[in-house]
Amino acid sequence: MGHTVIEKIIQKNTGAAVVKPGDIVTVNVDRVMIHDIFIPFVADKFEEMGFQSLWDTDKVVLIYDHLVPTSAVEDVRHFKIGDAFVKKFGVKHVHRSDGICHQLMTEAGYAKPGDIVFGTDSHTTTYGCVGCFSSGIGYTEMAAILGTGEMWIRVPETIKVQIDGTLPDNVYAKDVILRLLGDLRADGATYKALELCGSTVDNMSVASRMTISNMAVEAGAKACLFRPDEKTCAYSGVPLSDVDWIYGDADAQYCKVLTYKAEDLTPVVACPSQVDNIHNVEEVAGTELNQVFIGSCTNGRLEDLKVAAEILDGKTVACKCIITPASRKIYMEAIEAGYMETLAMAGCIITQPGCGLCCGRSGGILCDGETVLATNNRNFLGRMGTSKVGIYLGSPATAASSAIAGKIVVP
Amino acid sequence: MEQFTGKVWVLGDDIDTDIIIPTEYLALPTVEDMKQYGFSPLRPELAGQIGEGDIIVAGKNFGCGSSREQAPEIIKALKVRCVIAKSYARIFFRNSINNGLLLIENSEIQNVVKEGDMLTVNVGESLVHDGQSYAIRSLPDNLMDILNAGGLVKAMQKKNGVI
Repeated sequence: MGHTVIEKIIQKNTGAAVVKPGDIVTVNVDRVMIHDIFIPFVADKFEEMGFQSLWDTDKVVLIYDHLVPTSAVEDVRHFKIGDAFVKKFGVKHVHRSDGICHQLMTEAGYAKPGDIVFGTDSHTTTYGCVGCFSSGIGYTEMAAILGTGEMWIRVPETIKVQIDGTLPDNVYAKDVILRLLGDLRADGATYKALELCGSTVDNMSVASRMTISNMAVEAGAKACLFRPDEKTCAYSGVPLSDVDWIYGDADAQYCKVLTYKAEDLTPVVACPSQVDNIHNVEEVAGTELNQVFIGSCTNGRLEDLKVAAEILDGKTVACKCIITPASRKIYMEAIEAGYMETLAMAGCIITQPGCGLCCGRSGGILCDGETVLATNNRNFLGRMGTSKVGIYLGSPATAASSAIAGKIVVP
Repeated sequence: MEQFTGKVWVLGDDIDTDIIIPTEYLALPTVEDMKQYGFSPLRPELAGQIGEGDIIVAGKNFGCGSSREQAPEIIKALKVRCVIAKSYARIFFRNSINNGLLLIENSEIQNVVKEGDMLTVNVGESLVHDGQSYAIRSLPDNLMDILNAGGLVKAMQKKNGVI
């Protein structure tokens, strides 16, 4: 009997010859990520639990992103507590203004193919883009890992998603994951792992795979895994021979298989206010917009800014258009490539890399009756301002085209 | 076997963590400061109406969304005795157990119960409403151990010999 990717990763980690869905096992954690919102709570719980030291100072990464730069005086408290925790316990890896945690974890090489990583954020599923089993947990559980280096997990069943063929010109990874969420629904992968494969996926950049693994949690998934290839190895800085065991066997047991033909896919949006409320862009075309948001850990990478810049080149936006790169590295690369100049010339507002508007704390909060088309991962009630803001989620191409029109248009 | 009875508040499917506690209130210093905003995007008056020992009955995928642990903490701080839902999101489920909030899975009670009704819970065995009994399952042993210890903090304190 063969195994799925996540079963193989758990087997290698635990040394167990065979694991199967439903088994409860204790894994050795390869890396953890804590962000600024939750560090005060993690620090508090860690000391309350009676731990005197971290299990491994090299395996802990602290990233300030949700509150950078601060937008309320009480935000500063999080940095003070974080800095004190770093000093007291010797945390080795701290990022204070480098970008969004989920971008940095693979970009800086903290989460590698075959690793098991946990983070205090639901979108920790992102690192599956390089074949890492990564998942979100709460701060109490994080505090327990910081002291023990261990975590109990239930081995999940896996849903296989096979996509073959060539995507139409106006269809992107974002449209693929939104379509998948519409088909799986918001709870369709709860407690389960997703495994993506097929020629469409093989042809995608690591950045595009990241868009998909980032949003897998919107179907409830515990993890979302891609088989590492040459592109992954170049990105993660590991030799292919280290990762050639990370693939789903032909005779692995999947609880469900979804099959797509890339040519059939279309540009889509998630309509207010559920991520699985998916419609073709065509159906909602003409919806007036107050604002467009291009960026976040879902779609704030160089390829996303490139698409936006190409569409907005020589044009002027008809509504506010906010651009938020996922990291400082991407920000600088986009400057180098000329994308930032193009976007600024088109009238876009370019912000610092960070969580900003996506978590509704700063940088473009909306009010009752307003409508926004955004490229991030959630359109829940109240996510970007009041509960009467209509949030549509779409690809950077849909967003940039719509910014020119001031209303939703097909890219 | 533990038994309790409480007043029911009814919520729908996909009650996400931004509804349970919006991000804008997460930077408040304590969960006690945050609890008045619980469920505010959906029902701003609800946090003020919930009383000690009440029970939340909801649909599928309760607690979907972010990993914010304040979600189960707010529900505990509002003195809700337990949540009964058709299903739970994964992280919310773990966070609830780790904070000692009892979660029960049941897909029948939603068909019969109305807001304001009284409901009796026989933990690990059944729900009783209007004279009718509905079977429920017990949680796996490793999770009951954490719940019985009073949450993960207490379980770790025991391990570290501080209590």
